[in-house]
Amino acid sequence: MPKRAHILICAGAACISAGEESFKSALEKELKNANIFEEVKIIETGCFGTCDLGPVMVIYPEGIFYIHLKPQDAKDIVQEHLLKGRIVERLLVKEVELKKPLPNINELPFFKNQVRIALRNVGFIDPLNIEEYIARDGYSALGKVLTEMKPEEVIDEIKKSGLRGRGGAGFPTGLKWELGRKAKGDEKYIICNADEGDPGAFMDRSILEGDPHSVIEGMLIGAYAIGAKKGFIYIRAEYPLAIKRLTYALEQAKSYGLLGENILGTDFSFDIEIRIGAGAFVCGEETALIASVEGKRGMPRPRPPFPVNSGLWGKPTVINNVETWANIPEIILKGANWFSSLGTEKSKGTKVFALAGKINMTGLIEVPMGITLKEIVYDIGGGIPGGKKFKAVQIGGPAGGCIPAEYLDTPVDYESITSLGAIMGSGGLIVMDEDNCMVDVAKFFLSFTQDESCGKCVPCRVGTKRMLEILDKITDGKGEMRDLEELEELAKVVRNTSLCGLGKGAPNPVLTTLRYFRDEYIAHIRDKKCPAKVCTKLIHYEVIREECKKCSICFRNCPVGAIFKDYDGTYVIDQEKCTKCGICFQVCPFKAIKKE
Amino acid sequence: MAVKLKISEYAKNEIEKILEKFSGVQGSLIMILHAVQEKFGFLPKEVLELISEELKVPLSEIYGIATFYSYFRLEPQGKHVIRLCMGTACYVKGAADLLTALEQMGLKEGKVSEDGYFSLDLVRCIGACSMAPALMIDEEVYGKLTPNNLKKLLEDFRKENP
Ligand SMILES: Cc1cc2nc3c(=O)[nH]c(=O)nc-3n(C[C@H](O)[C@H](O)[C@H](O)COP(=O)(O)O)c2cc1C
Ligand code: FES
Repeated sequence: MPKRAHILICAGAACISAGEESFKSALEKELKNANIFEEVKIIETGCFGTCDLGPVMVIYPEGIFYIHLKPQDAKDIVQEHLLKGRIVERLLVKEVELKKPLPNINELPFFKNQVRIALRNVGFIDPLNIEEYIARDGYSALGKVLTEMKPEEVIDEIKKSGLRGRGGAGFPTGLKWELGRKAKGDEKYIICNADEGDPGAFMDRSILEGDPHSVIEGMLIGAYAIGAKKGFIYIRAEYPLAIKRLTYALEQAKSYGLLGENILGTDFSFDIEIRIGAGAFVCGEETALIASVEGKRGMPRPRPPFPVNSGLWGKPTVINNVETWANIPEIILKGANWFSSLGTEKSKGTKVFALAGKINMTGLIEVPMGITLKEIVYDIGGGIPGGKKFKAVQIGGPAGGCIPAEYLDTPVDYESITSLGAIMGSGGLIVMDEDNCMVDVAKFFLSFTQDESCGKCVPCRVGTKRMLEILDKITDGKGEMRDLEELEELAKVVRNTSLCGLGKGAPNPVLTTLRYFRDEYIAHIRDKKCPAKVCTKLIHYEVIREECKKCSICFRNCPVGAIFKDYDGTYVIDQEKCTKCGICFQVCPFKAIKKE
Repeated sequence: MAVKLKISEYAKNEIEKILEKFSGVQGSLIMILHAVQEKFGFLPKEVLELISEELKVPLSEIYGIATFYSYFRLEPQGKHVIRLCMGTACYVKGAADLLTALEQMGLKEGKVSEDGYFSLDLVRCIGACSMAPALMIDEEVYGKLTPNNLKKLLEDFRKENP
């Protein structure tokens, strides 16, 4: 029986924590009450990408997109939309400028400007159902390579496509595979890097949760191309849902004869095992990751030899990122020419980004290479909330940099981003507004890398520590102008002499903020002021006597008892006791507390 | 809190089962530690000694791994675990203020509260960046927090989970 409607409900992490499950059960209940449960198919999919609007769903055939769903909305959706064919306007996205609600999912600027390759199925299929993947051409690329293509032809196709690694460094994938194929060795390995260490990035997780088979199929094709029989997926322990879905998908693929011995009746055999990380950022680096898969401490080692020649247990190993793998089947099916028609001269295809921070539409997007940062932040991301002023966009994570407004027209490609002192990285994009202090942000990233430094090489272990001490001194109001030169000097040494990418990239957040936001550093040092009012040692709170209504709310909420009542009944902050937690500032209903 | 912990027959059995499951798997030590921690909530010293004996791996090596990876813990946790996200997205949206607020409520990073009810861990990105700043209590994610609604959240949580 054809269905009355297909409902796709996003079951990505953000929607789940926004209450997706209770909405879904309410919807099911209402469908049953209306006696149309059998006529509607509900599919729980991976992340739509519109995380800020969750829980969300789309009703097909019309493609109507409903947002911010609550259990009590289920009734209207069933009674109005499904039974009477009337769109429930109050649950639509309101397009601010047009002053009219936008019903159709494809009209949304958020989706209109995207091109989805790696995310082609994420949000469209039930990740727990291999049939749905297969129905959307899943595993046909594998069929094609096994029956029609020689391994060398597969490698040629990937080389011609211009695909570059999406894990950060952008190394040409086809070339890596060719080296892997040519490397001497009886046993070879394939690894999928799903460590996703950039704090503030969730692209790989969304792919694994929303379309695990695309990664498995990509790895199968890679294994065939280089001649590997065994693969590993190294995934971080912080992603329990992704691990669960991946484990399930691997089982399904096995039962369909797509993994294991004699795949699809050919003499090609391949199997995949999951290895779980344990909270060490450096394990995203390929040589450290390999040590960790071997069950050891995740310490990087100098390269060469590169993993393609001597990797896991000393055998040739090709390691690629989740998103890189997810691109492979689509390139094989649609061809290298199609793929390389997207993007710029040196950066082909698309890139997935996780949009977060001070931006209206936080979430997950995939855009063609060459799109400008401005288009991402304003056209897709909907700009900065609360009428605040844009300050910077951080790209590339802890090894990346902060790009200011002047450079928002920069096209997103490996070379252009690098020329600004940042890196493309794995796809974390964090927007900052006027309330963020750039010295504090630099300190944040440096304390991250400092903490995650594995300690093997001195420049990284000691150098980042010294740099951090200088930054601490500056944000404490004890900085001197010569600290800036010292910081730059140290940064160069750490960058040039560290053993692995962690240390080499660690100075980038400091160097880019020094380059684009030097005036903020100077304000901290010379004026002993934090212009964004973030660095606690440089700010203080005070009750504005004229505004104080003597309501005592600040007094009652101060956690350290630093507020007392004056003879006339107004409240006063004891600066000696104040820990600058800002609670009084937040709770005062009359804005009678000032922050300076 | 100072109750002495000991290894029981039950625990020994469970560990045997885990070791059995991974026997013959190359480089499985980290996976074994994951399984043990999932079972007991942390990696007790006696258990590590037992694993060392069984696998014929020096205790120093096992200890080296358990301390290298921040996910492994050598001490028991509180009854409920708060994981405060200190990832970039949460940080730029005020995670530091949440930490201050938690500290003012008597919680400390990596420590169990005096009554054993909560322990606090700082983590990096729990993937809830779109709801930043966020934290997890056990397996639940709570987003869009402020120092104020955080205080209420913890109070309500205690009431609902006595
Ligand atoms: C400190 C450090 C952390 C890294 N973290 C990751 C990561 O989380 N995910 C990832 O795919 N690559 C990461 N990389 C890059 C890997 O070393 C490697 O280049 C990549 O997995 C290769 O795959 P690709 O060519 O498909 O990008 C990291 C590199 C460094 C130096
Ligand atoms: S940075 Fe906090 S959830 Fe991602």
